[in-house]
Amino acid sequence: MSFKHKLATAITLATLGASAASAQSLVYCSEGSPEGFDPALYTSGTTFDASSHPIYNRLAEFKVGTTETQPGLAESWDVSEDGMTVTFKLRQGVKFHSNDQFTPTRDFNADDVIFSFDRQGNTENAYNQVSGGTWEYYSSMSMPDLIKSIEKVDDYTVVFSLTRPEAPIIANMAMDFASIVSKEYADAMMEAGTPEMVNQAPIGTGPFTFQAYQKDAVIRYLRNEDYWGDKAKVEALIFAITPDASVRYQKVQAGECHVMAYPNPADVQAMKDAEDITVMEQEGLNVGYLAYNTKVAPYDNANVRKALNMAIDKQGIIDVVFQGSGEIAKNPIPPTMWSYREGTVDDKHDPEAAKAMLEAEGVSDLKLKIWAMPVQRPYNPNARRMAELMQEDFSKIGVEVEIVSYEWGEYLERSKAEDRDGAVLLGWTGDNGDPDNFLAVLLGCDAVGGSNRAQWCNEEFDELTKKAKVLPTQAERAPLYEQAQAIFKDQAPWATIAHSVVYMTMRPEVEGYVVHPLGGHIFNQVGITQ
Amino acid sequence: MLNYVLSRLLTFIPTFLGVTLISFAFIRVLPGDPIMVMAGERGMSDERYAELSAQLGYDRPMYAQFWEYLTGVLQGDLGNSFVTKRPVWDEFFSLFPATLELSLCAMIFAMALGLPAGVIAAVNRGKFFDRALMSTALVGYSMPIFWWALLLIIVFSGNLGWTPVSGRIDLLYYFPDPTGFMLIDSIASGQKGALVSALRHLLLPTIVLGTIPLAVIARQTRSAMLEVLGEDYIRTARAKGMSPGRINGIHALRNALIPVITVIGLSVGTLLAGAILTETIFSWPGIGKWMVDSIFRRDYPVVQGGLLLIAVMVMVVNLTVDMLYGIINPKIRKR
Repeated sequence: MSFKHKLATAITLATLGASAASAQSLVYCSEGSPEGFDPALYTSGTTFDASSHPIYNRLAEFKVGTTETQPGLAESWDVSEDGMTVTFKLRQGVKFHSNDQFTPTRDFNADDVIFSFDRQGNTENAYNQVSGGTWEYYSSMSMPDLIKSIEKVDDYTVVFSLTRPEAPIIANMAMDFASIVSKEYADAMMEAGTPEMVNQAPIGTGPFTFQAYQKDAVIRYLRNEDYWGDKAKVEALIFAITPDASVRYQKVQAGECHVMAYPNPADVQAMKDAEDITVMEQEGLNVGYLAYNTKVAPYDNANVRKALNMAIDKQGIIDVVFQGSGEIAKNPIPPTMWSYREGTVDDKHDPEAAKAMLEAEGVSDLKLKIWAMPVQRPYNPNARRMAELMQEDFSKIGVEVEIVSYEWGEYLERSKAEDRDGAVLLGWTGDNGDPDNFLAVLLGCDAVGGSNRAQWCNEEFDELTKKAKVLPTQAERAPLYEQAQAIFKDQAPWATIAHSVVYMTMRPEVEGYVVHPLGGHIFNQVGITQ
Repeated sequence: MLNYVLSRLLTFIPTFLGVTLISFAFIRVLPGDPIMVMAGERGMSDERYAELSAQLGYDRPMYAQFWEYLTGVLQGDLGNSFVTKRPVWDEFFSLFPATLELSLCAMIFAMALGLPAGVIAAVNRGKFFDRALMSTALVGYSMPIFWWALLLIIVFSGNLGWTPVSGRIDLLYYFPDPTGFMLIDSIASGQKGALVSALRHLLLPTIVLGTIPLAVIARQTRSAMLEVLGEDYIRTARAKGMSPGRINGIHALRNALIPVITVIGLSVGTLLAGAILTETIFSWPGIGKWMVDSIFRRDYPVVQGGLLLIAVMVMVVNLTVDMLYGIINPKIRKR
């Protein structure tokens, strides 16, 4: 569709009615501005909502509402016996979008796949430095070490050769940074001397085409009429950027938006009671925890850690800190994730027993520092308050707590130290729905002195996760992860505190919205009834 | 007059250099490393950290970074935001018209109500009207912007449905925005109802942002008027039998305006500070919110560049105020 056509469509839409509640356009009140529109350059969910979900596709896609993968731009894939190569068969007849500067002359093919990854990993690629590319996600998912080469067999077959077998590679291919961009568009923009347009005026294969962005105000998309999959139900998708949660709610009530993200926890009950508002909820793919330093006495003793865990009143924390929008965590992975160990029994809140247990271990007059994060996160909306509640709980078993905090960058850096004094409040939000992304990243021996804030290295646990990582099927991997969770619970390197509950608030005429456990907001399948 | 203008302009240079240094130093004094903030919980290897610092130029000594910044500024290059990767200059000018439009409307609103209110209060000194006006002004001055904005939204947008909740125009209007001023662009678009929609969207933010300057202007006008009304030449004018309207409107107000204009000039700083909250609540895409977000993300180029541009604006406004003194009171420019 040319620019003029798009403008004409927009004007037609504009004349359809004065209210935003037109059946043809869905208005989403988003919480912030995207940093740009090339998902590989960024790491925030807000950016992914505005870029990778509506505009792009990936080789594999997450089934909406689950953490399972399904074919996307790759119709199928085949992992070799030794797990060292993955061959993707690409979908044919997939069209890229067009805009006023670019009209594609060919369909999506293997060149686009190779370009999309090569620009992130190869410093020689002309696009490697464009738009200040730092490719954070590509690095943090260890892709530079993992991918040996990507080769084109023919236009619709691509082979990824790996340096080691790695089962989560398919899930990685469904992540936002793996979105497929058009090589033809990138080349055309490089030739025109405006390579940054790939980020500013994005061209993808996704269900919506990008129309316009007014910074900090509005993003507009139109339905991709040539989409290869199920076409979007609405003609236009509009993101009304509304940073304040109370204002977002007012806008939903006034009919100025159909759907809003991230309501204030304090408003949720009123929303549930309101007749003309629908509230959906699901546990987020995250966990908030208190990590002891298992290398420092007496916290190197699992019984001491378990005693402390028993002193914490988790329900009190859910009520006060999460204001109900959280769920007690008993495992280190969230319940929406496959291989979650249902049978785990959480430490009972029993200060008397905890006290007796400490005495039995010969620990008395214990002093503990609790580190409170200076920032708000879904898995911990108010770390300071959480630390204060724990201080109160621990005082009941005779443990004196001092609360410390640092500026966020400092906090993250200092909490990695292996000789760190104190237990750290922190958490994690999953990237690709794979248990390895929690268990190995946060508790593996390789991560000690890094993202393993408990500095906990348990050989049995480590072996299980390493073994599970290279097995080809979910069915084979899941039992190993369940065993690993049992060891975790027995050894208690953390006090698992909570998983946040994600709420989505919408008007009753919105139909087909599904809360996505990976946290994204996806609108392809969402319609509006008259 | 020319000498006066030139001497004022000369003071601009050291101030400008000072602001450049302060804006550069300010964000670096804050604890927190932009690269660690960028990496978040996910963390980063030491090699990757070194690579990124080199790429962003933060591995070099501070004086070298400042020199590069200063030479860039003098050539009109403020660097690129390292969050959006776009030039700071482009970002600023895509957002600034929204802030300017809102600030101008707020200032017009504040002056249109504040000046007459101050004059009326002064003329009716001690009477009920004076007391009521000044009490209201005190309430307006003390009110938290955040609360006031939400209250207006709940009443006028939520309960009564008279005004839209937030934004600059109804989302179904879509047209190019060459000037960035929604009122102008909506007229230029020729689309029916666009201007009305833009005006309706402006109403609440204007009132919220204009409330504090309105209170300040009303109080300042009142006290300046009271002082002038006690002067000998006013008594002389009264003795000559001049009408109260002429006395208050021409002789008294013109002389009372000098301190009032100073206050209006100084209010520009207050307006920009107020814009940060007002813009956040009303989802107004201006520079206030942009700056706050950048401070949290330790986006050095945006914070230093944005601070510099805002400081230059405040300086220009104050310079203009100085010029206005010269016009209102010719004695000043001869000093």
